[in-house]
Amino acid sequence: MSLGLGVAQLAAPDTVRRISGVDDSATSRAVVPLVGARELVHAAGLLTSRRKGAWAWTRVAGDAMDLAALGMAMAHRGGSRRRRLLAVTGAVAGITVLDLLTAVQATRTKDIGSAQARGTRKGGSMELTATTTIRKPATEVYAFWRDLENLPTFMAHLEQVRTTGERTSHWTADAPFGKDVGWDAEIVDEVPGDRIAWRSIGNADVPNTGTVRFVPAPDGVSTEVHVALTYDIPGGTIGKAVAKYFGEEPHQQLDDDLRRLKQVLETGEVVRSDGAPWGKQARKEFPQRPAQPLSDAELAKGAQA
Amino acid sequence: MRANTWAGRNKVEVRDVPDPKILNRRDAIVRITSTAICGSDLHLVDGYVPTMQDGDVMGHEFMGEVIEVGSGVDPTRLRVGDRVVVPFPIACGACAACAAELYSCCENSNPNAGIAEKMFGHPTAGIFGYSHLTGGFAGGQAQYARVPFADVGPLKIESDLTDEQVLFLSDILPTGYMGAEMCDIQPSDVVAVWGAGPVGQFAMDSARVLGAAKVIAIDKEPYRLQMAERAGHIPVNFDEVDVRSRLLELTGGRGPDKCIDAVGLEATHGSAHIAAYDRIKQAVRSETDRPHALRQAIMSCRSGGVVSVIGVYGGLLDKFPAGAWMNRSLTLRTGQCHVQRYMKPLLQRIERGELDPTRIITHTMPLDDAERGFDIFKNKRENCEKVVLKP
Repeated sequence: MSLGLGVAQLAAPDTVRRISGVDDSATSRAVVPLVGARELVHAAGLLTSRRKGAWAWTRVAGDAMDLAALGMAMAHRGGSRRRRLLAVTGAVAGITVLDLLTAVQATRTKDIGSAQARGTRKGGSMELTATTTIRKPATEVYAFWRDLENLPTFMAHLEQVRTTGERTSHWTADAPFGKDVGWDAEIVDEVPGDRIAWRSIGNADVPNTGTVRFVPAPDGVSTEVHVALTYDIPGGTIGKAVAKYFGEEPHQQLDDDLRRLKQVLETGEVVRSDGAPWGKQARKEFPQRPAQPLSDAELAKGAQA
Repeated sequence: MRANTWAGRNKVEVRDVPDPKILNRRDAIVRITSTAICGSDLHLVDGYVPTMQDGDVMGHEFMGEVIEVGSGVDPTRLRVGDRVVVPFPIACGACAACAAELYSCCENSNPNAGIAEKMFGHPTAGIFGYSHLTGGFAGGQAQYARVPFADVGPLKIESDLTDEQVLFLSDILPTGYMGAEMCDIQPSDVVAVWGAGPVGQFAMDSARVLGAAKVIAIDKEPYRLQMAERAGHIPVNFDEVDVRSRLLELTGGRGPDKCIDAVGLEATHGSAHIAAYDRIKQAVRSETDRPHALRQAIMSCRSGGVVSVIGVYGGLLDKFPAGAWMNRSLTLRTGQCHVQRYMKPLLQRIERGELDPTRIITHTMPLDDAERGFDIFKNKRENCEKVVLKP
């Protein structure tokens, strides 16, 4: 609607002024196109930004401005102009209510996770949970996960996990998680075919713990995988990089990780398409390259990345 | 290679694009010998399916010869040189959905499952040439295509049937058949089919094959109704008669026992103001789908009957007659076709001469003429029912 209003106010300001009953004022000649330009800014923000909540609030602010301007105009007019002004003011008031509701809702939805997984951030600690069902026996899913070096094949933020002892390992994060972030971890609890729990040890930049439970599904064939991760996100550059990496919907990263785990265990590898050719990074690539085959150059470049 | 691509709303363009390559171990590359334009391609071109991008290769009905297989393809299933028809849903064959033969709901074949999940609640399978919501896979209106999970989907054709006889096993014949199968047809049943496009025609033929007493075709294009009539079905032109009255007349006042919606989200309506109402709601995005055919099918169906939906819906719709549905004990069944489930039995029906898929082909043209093919199919020019493209 911002788009339509903005274009109308810029392209046909006189018509807009007549409908609004302010066609007698010189001030309105300047104000109407300005308001039009402002509407286009709302439209651009709402259509392109990922932070729709904030942009919806800019519309509420704009509505308040408009109502004030209309009130001022009304105080000085009578007759049919006043009637037209009243009608427009009524419409703007209605729109304001809608915008207010939208803005409140858009700001709130950010806090609501999907039914499948939730991420909550309390203070510096972020807790993520997710679950999936894999059509393989629990022993097999457990064995794959227990070989921690397999984790980077499906967990987007991991570059490498190297086993350093019976229960210890060294983990390296991928670039988007923060450059050159590495830490040691130890398994603190494991029951074959049932669960694994681990935690970072030593001087980790982002202290973290994780638990995965393997539960036989009611179908007698599949295994439910329940994962819970906790990150103690520090201040400073690394904290910022981690927060940026997880973005507004941190649980989605883990959802996608588990989808890939399922692909690897059920079909043998992470599924690729022309639009999302690099497996682990599918979501990061959105909007994607077109769904048309890759050139040799693109293929070579992607293989290095 | 040459490929027909999406070039923005209402525009397709045949362009030069790179040849496809193996990306996963279970991929195959197919040299395409025949491909077709589907009614659902029009939903993409008309802009009703989100996440299309300029340059996306279109097409999900294709067949050809296997020219390369990945290292993970089981050689007892598929080899270089095999002649295959490729089903439009990409399915892994290993997940719970595939195990239940719900191939179009495959849990592993869509790399953009997270996006699809937002739109549909749970993700759906990857589909060739059908937006990034269904995976961003290049389609088959091209000289070559990459086929993932090549040891699961593609059907080998080992007899000397022509391309035209088997090409539609990729989508529209199984889709029409599934529409009829979901009706659980009894010998006394009158089956009404909304939409006499390619899928509607095959739903009608399938209803007959499955034993319906009478099959009714509802459309407004005289040439499409004539095509249905030639195949033995009863035409009803909604531009000329009131559909409800005509259906009551044809069924002794009972209404059709089984109703099939082979129209989907871009329905037109005999009444101009109702058509305009939904068209406007769609244009301002307060509903995404125009469900006239579905509404009419629900209102027309006899109490206790089945309404089977194979026309494509994408999002949300308005004025759904839930009261009629609930109070009259109607059963609503639907799904994107689980093509892999039907390919072999339908190939046998073609071999036995029970179904003749070639009867709907009105145009065959080179791939380079795809733009003209889309135009005549969309605008129903030159009595166009089905376009086959030859790369």
